[in-house]
Amino acid sequence: MFLDFFYGLREEGVPLGIQEWRSFLVALEKGLHGASLLRFYHLGRACLIKSETYFDAYDKVFARVFRGVEGAFGDDVTEKVIDWLKDPKNFPNLTPEELAELEKLSSDELMRRFLETLAEQTERHDGGNKWVGTGGKSPYGHGGQHPTGIRVGGKSTSRSAMKVAEERLFKDYRTDATLDLRQMRVALRRLRQLTRTGRATELDLDETIDETCRNAGEIEMVFRAPRKNDVRLLLLMDVGGTMDPYFQPVSQLLTALHEERGLRDFQPYYFHNCVYDNVFTSARMYRSDTVPTADVLRRLDSRWKVVFVGDAAMHPAELFQPYGNVDPRRGAPTPGIDWLQRIARHFDRTVWLNPEKKAYWDADTTRAVRRLFPMFHLSIDGLADAVRALVGARA
Amino acid sequence: MTQRDDFLRFKGTSGYIASPALVDAVNCAIALERPLLLKGEPGTGKTVLARHVADGLGMPMLSWHIKSTTKAGDGLYVYDTVQRLNDSRFGSGDVSDIRKYIKLGPLGQSFSSSERQVLLIDEVDKADLEFPNDLLLELDEMRFRINETDEEIRARHRPVVLITSNNEKELPDAFLRRCIFYFIDFPEPTLMRRIIDVHHPNLDATLLDQVLIKFYWLREQNDLRKKPSTSELIDWISALLRAGVSLEKLESHIPFVGALLKKEQDVDALAEHNRRDGRYPKKWEDLGPRYHQ
Repeated sequence: MFLDFFYGLREEGVPLGIQEWRSFLVALEKGLHGASLLRFYHLGRACLIKSETYFDAYDKVFARVFRGVEGAFGDDVTEKVIDWLKDPKNFPNLTPEELAELEKLSSDELMRRFLETLAEQTERHDGGNKWVGTGGKSPYGHGGQHPTGIRVGGKSTSRSAMKVAEERLFKDYRTDATLDLRQMRVALRRLRQLTRTGRATELDLDETIDETCRNAGEIEMVFRAPRKNDVRLLLLMDVGGTMDPYFQPVSQLLTALHEERGLRDFQPYYFHNCVYDNVFTSARMYRSDTVPTADVLRRLDSRWKVVFVGDAAMHPAELFQPYGNVDPRRGAPTPGIDWLQRIARHFDRTVWLNPEKKAYWDADTTRAVRRLFPMFHLSIDGLADAVRALVGARA
Repeated sequence: MTQRDDFLRFKGTSGYIASPALVDAVNCAIALERPLLLKGEPGTGKTVLARHVADGLGMPMLSWHIKSTTKAGDGLYVYDTVQRLNDSRFGSGDVSDIRKYIKLGPLGQSFSSSERQVLLIDEVDKADLEFPNDLLLELDEMRFRINETDEEIRARHRPVVLITSNNEKELPDAFLRRCIFYFIDFPEPTLMRRIIDVHHPNLDATLLDQVLIKFYWLREQNDLRKKPSTSELIDWISALLRAGVSLEKLESHIPFVGALLKKEQDVDALAEHNRRDGRYPKKWEDLGPRYHQ
């Protein structure tokens, strides 16, 4: 049952390792669950779950695993669970090595103790806290109580663990979108070129000592400017239409970029399908949000790094023809490809991140775009490569 | 079961309303000698908890407030080179003793203290992305080495470490693995009543109901950039009481909205709601099933 819990959590995508599991078992060994399933529930959550985004997964698995006990064993939990736990048939998906390893950790003894304390508790508090099911030494077990049961009688207002788990109050915090955000940020961290600019506020110890010696022991403080990131980033992002399915990775990237405070400057602009004579300052792309593309090019010099995000898949006319904009109100004589060429020429380093798999990069328009910009897949690895192309040594 | 009860237990204090689950998490962290990571919306009392844990355990508390420029090494010790250079130049002190110029940081102080302490590492997510990783070894083994003197500082008593995070940055997995985690959920109306009672005792019950209905309704609005928190609610009630707002007015309006909403866009969004529809909930039932009482 314990292992079911462990693997159940892992299957739900909870990042859970042996280390957390072990501290959970140590906590049980110390009796911190205090013979109550509700406290057991909270203890498990404190030890095993490290982000509120997984609370919902925890509740789900907890309800399933410990409810399964109720269904399969009825009221006589203790011995049957121990028997069940001892039987390797119950873990068909494990290799013998895994089984041996986990056996060491989740010793039967521990499980027995846990359940025994639960049993002790009912016996001692027989008057006040009656659980569903009664004790007694039947051939089916001596504990005879019901960890998933609901307390009847008694004045306690605390709720049963099962009820807490089943309410799944933390559903709102489930944002699978944040799962890889950290990895993305780590990849973006390499987006830096450290230079010493600005006011000299940092003590240069080596220089100070040198100067002081040269000065015959008269202290001569030498200050230098702290190292700061000099990278300025222009983001041009395709929104709407064929980009809609990629909302999640793209919004993750956007979040990561907005929170990357190391950048010296960061400006995002949005477009639909292709860059024409106007880009938009917000993803809503209202008329009031337009900025002439030529203005952007005039304002930003060639040192700016450019990141395009888009699938580069469109009708050929949208890229190559005058008045190619799919929105006729915004039609303009300059074809999109000309704007892309201007951008590629204007800036020193540019990359294109494509959320589509590499296998689909063979559309005519995609190939034309790839001739202008190095293209990378929008994944953690692709992002790392793109960052290298932006700030790394030239190949 | 001999290992039971051989560690200090935190039972809560009169000034802090802690749920039993939180008390368990604190005790679990103490028993396992692991840091307790507290997360939750701003204004849910993460920092205050540390103070009360220290009071409850009868230990002194040290706090280390993390800023964006804080480095992990600062928590251990700082070597004041400039002072030493200066002293050597002006002969105002014995510069041969390098130890005089080593100043222990909060973590170093809590290790070298002669009694067990509560150490609060506040807002760990403010620092650089790699900051928590740089502290792994020190928090695990509770010792570090001062390079300048080749001295080892080893904790005489493992401090009870509490770490708070506002969720501004994701914390590294290796760090999380070592922590006990507790998420302080936003208080439900019942708990909120008790909290308000601490700050505004003897508040009229019907008025409080209206206040809470409006407050939780605001929090349910998904397009708000910044949801109002407990501390803002308490300020708002103060403002309402001072101005003597009538119950009828509160039923159909949200006066002094500036005390609750701190972003211009949010105030605009509420004004927009007034124009379009203008209705506010009057009963708990209007808020949906989660708030049925």
